[in-house]
Amino acid sequence: MNKVMKEIFSASTLNTVLAVVASFVFGGVLIAFANENVQVAAGYLFARPADFFMAIWNSVFGAYDALFRGAVFNYKLDGIVAMVKPITETLAYATPITLSGLGLAVAFRSGLFNIGAPGQIMFGAMFAGWIGINLDLPFYIHFPIAVIAGVIGGALFGALVGFLRATTGANEVIVTIMFNYIAALLLGWLLKTPVLQAPGAVNPISAAVSDSAKYPLLFGEQFRVHTGFVMMLLAVVAVWWFLNRSSIGFQFRALGHNPNAAKTAGINIGLTFVLVMAVSGALSGLAGTTQILGTEKFLTTGVAASYGFDAITVALLGRNNPWGVLVAGILFGGLRAGAVTMQASQGVPIDIVLVVQSMIVLFIAAPPLVRAMFRLKAQKGGAQ
Amino acid sequence: MKQSKRTPLALAILSFVGLWLWLTAPTQVTTIQTTTDTDIFALPSFGVAASLIAAVAYAILLVTTAVSAWWVIKLNHKTPRWVVLTFGIALVLTILVDLFAGKTMPITSLLQGSLALAVPLIFGSLAGVLSERVGIVNIAIDSQLLAGAFVSAFVASISDNLYAGLLGAVIAGALVSWVLAVFSIKYIVDQIIVGVVLNVLIVGLTNFLFSTLLVSDIAAFNQPPRFEKILVPLLGQIPVIGPVLFNQTLIVYLMYLAVAGVFIALFKTRWGLRVRAVGEYPKAADTVGIKVFQTRYISVMIGGALAGLGGSFFTLGQVGAFGKEMTNGAGYIALAALIFGRWNPIYAALAALLFGFAQNLQYGLAIIGSDVPSEFLLMLPYALTVVAVAGLVGKVTGPAAAGKAYIKS
Repeated sequence: MNKVMKEIFSASTLNTVLAVVASFVFGGVLIAFANENVQVAAGYLFARPADFFMAIWNSVFGAYDALFRGAVFNYKLDGIVAMVKPITETLAYATPITLSGLGLAVAFRSGLFNIGAPGQIMFGAMFAGWIGINLDLPFYIHFPIAVIAGVIGGALFGALVGFLRATTGANEVIVTIMFNYIAALLLGWLLKTPVLQAPGAVNPISAAVSDSAKYPLLFGEQFRVHTGFVMMLLAVVAVWWFLNRSSIGFQFRALGHNPNAAKTAGINIGLTFVLVMAVSGALSGLAGTTQILGTEKFLTTGVAASYGFDAITVALLGRNNPWGVLVAGILFGGLRAGAVTMQASQGVPIDIVLVVQSMIVLFIAAPPLVRAMFRLKAQKGGAQ
Repeated sequence: MKQSKRTPLALAILSFVGLWLWLTAPTQVTTIQTTTDTDIFALPSFGVAASLIAAVAYAILLVTTAVSAWWVIKLNHKTPRWVVLTFGIALVLTILVDLFAGKTMPITSLLQGSLALAVPLIFGSLAGVLSERVGIVNIAIDSQLLAGAFVSAFVASISDNLYAGLLGAVIAGALVSWVLAVFSIKYIVDQIIVGVVLNVLIVGLTNFLFSTLLVSDIAAFNQPPRFEKILVPLLGQIPVIGPVLFNQTLIVYLMYLAVAGVFIALFKTRWGLRVRAVGEYPKAADTVGIKVFQTRYISVMIGGALAGLGGSFFTLGQVGAFGKEMTNGAGYIALAALIFGRWNPIYAALAALLFGFAQNLQYGLAIIGSDVPSEFLLMLPYALTVVAVAGLVGKVTGPAAAGKAYIKS
């Protein structure tokens, strides 16, 4: 217990919280700046300054209130279903983000900068989608096969990066960036060929996944959140166990800490590169299956959406710790869900989420900057 | 030390593509059309038999492969670049003639379109070269292009002055790269993280401002004037390359200057030597009195300014108005170009031209109704870059200190 309290009040947690607060403040400045009432009131700022500050308060409070209503609990609606729907939307968005974030956390902990989550998600979705659309099997066979196919798809695409790194020394950052584009173009092409395109379709879109391959819904038809969320929670526990308690996980972390020492200790570096990227890609592939077999049901080029970038920010915000990734994933799932309501009811463009997200990562990555902003004293001998 | 036999081997394998093209070459004639409106003396369009070109090209492929093998095995020396370049050009030409067999290939307009797509890529890759040569990995090229595009359209609209727009673009690009520099140098944040985050931050910011500010009054905020094309006398009248290279807007002429300028600055001046020293071994550079941090800030920001200028080509040089995410990932292709061009401004520019050509070819092929999927042409830059970093055709190594923060002790 003592340890938990210490962790919560330690500077790094405080720093994380302050980074989030600062980013929301920055977002608020943008929201106020773009608000018409604020602009009008600024015109007669010196005549009636109170109007100006009221307009700022109204615009920012209105936006963040809508964000809350869209992400957690909508107290303005009638009926319990409508009121609690937002939190389930948050969980639905959080599922792929967290899974993919876990994958990246595994790679980052092992010293590999995998930014290929979008490509790996697409490969997972392609493999799972193909099985889910084209096979006709009972649920208890069809569903597991489709999910496993997706995991394998992501793992293979990830392992290829690890293989290139191990055999040729190719920088994984460059390779994964290029692979993201290659995967997107490949998916776009396949969606125009009979391999994935729905029969008779004009647009690049696949047929619907059959019911026997879908993730069962958690709380009935009214809510989009499905058993993929449970899968995600299990994955958090599994990754935590894998990294901290298994011997392969130990090798992964050893590689991340000091590759030379790991090599001296007898760890097969090349093989570990491949394994790390396979595990990392597998988790992104699993994220892809929750998209295609859970929320989306049709395969389009937009299947990875912005989850690739979200996964990077989630892994960083969660400090590559599975539990941290879970918390960060739910936070960003909430931002995604809430932004929809914020745009609809307050006219604040959804893009503000990207701004807030990026600011959070920048601030978290630079503790001295946050300390300077909040005039905190630098710790002596502390971490960071 | 034995030279790696990878290059001749790769060429030998690739030349089978040439053999296959020769054996399957269609008997039709490809008509090559070179005329445009500005020619003083127009070359007539002429036809070449696809099979003849394929045969000649295959011969060139074999000869260059042999030269490469001889160079490596007998002389124990690296294959010279011009050999690989000749091989590449011969292969590309024969594929082109094959694709357009029985049709008319409008060579001049194909090249014009390629250059238009390549201009922002070239500016972007110069930004990357200047940044990575001094030891700062620049994944954020796309954000610098996008910021340049946004600010140039906005400033040129409200001031109704193209040059103010250009200046705005330069400042915007430099500012974004300054953020990259501050976080990388002062706060010692991982340069790749900063780069990735900056790309998303600028997408978010420009989208947000587009939807709120620009859309609120399009006439006032997003209707900039556009640069007119300037025809260079004499040079502009050379057949084929004249109209392509010398009937262009001011931004393109600035691009020629920038490529030459960056090359000279990096490789022929004292400042360039310092930049490269800082990028290779900052500690040694520091020891001899070079100001590592200052050199890094300056080089990264000059790069950002150039990328901003490249961004203005999207708006002031082409479309006019700013559109959401209008760079469409050009910054990542520029990154590919600079790696494929081995951190050398001239090779990077050539790589960007090649990538622009591949992107543009899909339109040419669409007109003649070819069934080659455009996705594979678009994939080319990314696939070639993976091939390059995997060292399949020669080893590609960047500046040694790129990506590593320098901590002064």
